[in-house]
Amino acid sequence: MMNITQKLRALDTLKAGEKAVVKEYDEKNDIMSYLVEMGLLVGTSLELIKFAPLGDPLEIRFRGYHLSIRRSIAKRILVEKENA
Amino acid sequence: METGTPPQTRHNVKAAPQKVKTAEVAFVGNPNTGKTSVFNALTGLRQKVGNYPGVTVEKKTGIILSPDGTQIHVHDLPGLYSLIPKSLDDKITADVLIHASTNPGSLNLVAVIADASNLERNLYLLSQVLDLGLPAILVLNMVDAAQARGLDVDPEILSKEIGIPVLPVIGNKRIGIPELRQTIYRYVKETALPAPAAFLNLEKHVEKIIQPLTAQILKNTTLHSHQANAQAVRLVSSNSTVQPAPGIADPSSNGNSADLLKLVSGVREKLTEYGISWETLEADTRYSWVDAVCRKAICKDDEKELSLSRKLDRVLTHRVAGPIIFVFIFAIIFQSIFSWAEVPMEAIENGVAWFGEQIASLMPDGVLKSLIVDGAIAGVGAILVFLPQILFLFFFLALLEDTGYMARAAFILDRFMKGIGLSGRSVIPLISSFACAIPGIMATRTITDWRERLVTIMIAPFMSCSARLPVYILMIGAFFPDISILGIFSLAGLTLLAMYLLGIFAAIAVGLIFKSFLMRRIPAAPFVMELPQYRMPAFRGIFLQMIERAKIFVTDAGKIILAISIVLWFLASYPKPADDAGVSSSEQIEQSYVGQIGQFIEPVIAPLGFDWKLGIGLITSFAAREVLVSTLATIYNVENADEHSTSLREALQNEVDPETGKQLYTPLVALSLMVFFVLACQCMATVAIVRRETNSWRWPILMVAYMTAMAYIGSLIVYQGGLLLGLG
Repeated sequence: MMNITQKLRALDTLKAGEKAVVKEYDEKNDIMSYLVEMGLLVGTSLELIKFAPLGDPLEIRFRGYHLSIRRSIAKRILVEKENA
Repeated sequence: METGTPPQTRHNVKAAPQKVKTAEVAFVGNPNTGKTSVFNALTGLRQKVGNYPGVTVEKKTGIILSPDGTQIHVHDLPGLYSLIPKSLDDKITADVLIHASTNPGSLNLVAVIADASNLERNLYLLSQVLDLGLPAILVLNMVDAAQARGLDVDPEILSKEIGIPVLPVIGNKRIGIPELRQTIYRYVKETALPAPAAFLNLEKHVEKIIQPLTAQILKNTTLHSHQANAQAVRLVSSNSTVQPAPGIADPSSNGNSADLLKLVSGVREKLTEYGISWETLEADTRYSWVDAVCRKAICKDDEKELSLSRKLDRVLTHRVAGPIIFVFIFAIIFQSIFSWAEVPMEAIENGVAWFGEQIASLMPDGVLKSLIVDGAIAGVGAILVFLPQILFLFFFLALLEDTGYMARAAFILDRFMKGIGLSGRSVIPLISSFACAIPGIMATRTITDWRERLVTIMIAPFMSCSARLPVYILMIGAFFPDISILGIFSLAGLTLLAMYLLGIFAAIAVGLIFKSFLMRRIPAAPFVMELPQYRMPAFRGIFLQMIERAKIFVTDAGKIILAISIVLWFLASYPKPADDAGVSSSEQIEQSYVGQIGQFIEPVIAPLGFDWKLGIGLITSFAAREVLVSTLATIYNVENADEHSTSLREALQNEVDPETGKQLYTPLVALSLMVFFVLACQCMATVAIVRRETNSWRWPILMVAYMTAMAYIGSLIVYQGGLLLGLG
């Protein structure tokens, strides 16, 4: 159990160019249901493309398209980094 | 305008019954799928633009004629990602579709437009539409861009898998449009709807768990069992804090809402017991169907995945280069509306003045001549003069939106605007408002969230626009000498800067107030923004948009501007002096209604340091702020004066109070007047455009009220504070 939780990290802690898989939504809210409908499900692979020049928002890519979300939302999305 | 439409028909897209046979087709799709370019290619110039009643969302309808003479109304519905609405725009589309699902025949066809290079998310919406039991086709747009990215989508396999026609098109190149037209003709002719198939493939045990809910929905409606299934799943998955699931199974519109809610929570508990996340049940189920379809129909070549878009973004949203490029692009736009537009604007002003003179020379002196020349023609001139700025700004906005850069600008600037509850999307309308609030407010169309759009509209007029500049220049020129401060600054320059800053601070303050108090009840859409692929702009579409904006401004806002112009003309021209001949224009205006009102309000504006002559200016400048200058010139009998006129400045400096003999206008009065012009909504065109864009009188009236109140309080503080400090 410990092992699994250690591997989970918030989406906004990824570096630009890193790939990861969504493992869990920290909070069940409107934004989560919005993202889920846009295809960011538990189990979906994503890539963090970059952070905006002022550090927020950030750009991710999944299911073949690019989406910009704010850090405050990204903090709530727990991911597991994919090994290159 | 359809403000008079009764509420029960507000989302019914069906037109009033006519003798001609008509049919209704809805264009639905995710944002950024090129839906509008397909719509434009299909319907051409035969488009009508209106507003959905009560909201700022635009309603676009195009008309095509089928070979058998049927008039087909094609409705371009606002783009959305899901039938569970997240914003008012979404809700309109969702409501139209759900209404159609319970009123068979009200929509002959739903054309779902999808971006071929981004099919998965697009198919999610399609499956929701199909589960409503609506006749649908899939229009696969931008197949060329998908191929360039190494994505080969097979329309035939797709069509076989989904069971509906799939039409590959390239909207901005008008490829595939004739086939789309033929398919629409065929669907419109057919009266028998294809039997709806099920797209929500629930696992057996899940279906069993939600069965009680499905049964309840079936009991209350005429839905097919799988439609009821889809409704049940939506009810279960819609998070309670989200607006209730729309339509048939909406607990608030259902007689047995309490029963239904009890069933929903029962089902949720059961699902949790089984370890199934009910919040994501609909999305999980639909995406598993989507994934299966895509595996069969799409051939991916990962080699080409790093697209041109990503390479462009390396520069355009780069940490250093990105902001620099934005400033550069924006400088060009600003330059175009601030100074390039000056040339055609001056030409329009001169042209209207010339036309007025021609008419005047043809007519005998009298009331009619004055009404037509000084009232009507001048009013039309006041409308037309905005067109260059509107056309310039919308050319650039449409270009930026079309190419995909607009989303990047919002991405770069979002952090700035987050603090006052806005997003990167509101930056461009607000900066544009420094040139003129009219195109700025019209540009708020690019803001997808209705609440954010409203806040942006409400604060845009605080940006010091070009019409305030003549007022600032006259006052600063007359009362603020060019003393140098710290060697590099001048008092005049710093005063001007202070006026601009005051406007910005007022905007931030009001934005915060709106965010935290007045608009609590309007739900805010989460800031989740797609960064679409860059693409070549379709100039035809850009041209259409420019024409459309100009037309809307002239017809909708123009009416109001013309009406106010004529009222102002009347107030300034009447009552006529008994003997016209020996009366100077200054005496004329002083004894007119405007002059009388100026004297009447003097006690109210005296605490701001204004006398009744400035009071006249406050009223006439409601036509446009710069009119203050010409009004003062008339009052002081200075001919052909503009804001740089020395004689007008001297006339103001030399004006003395008849009772005390002291100088009437001091630097403090000038400052108080400028502060008033920073904060007040002295612009009938702004009122007219806010009326048009918010589709109600409520917001423009509120705007005039609070801006005038702020202006009064601001000037009061400046003048009385200044007197206390002995600056009088």
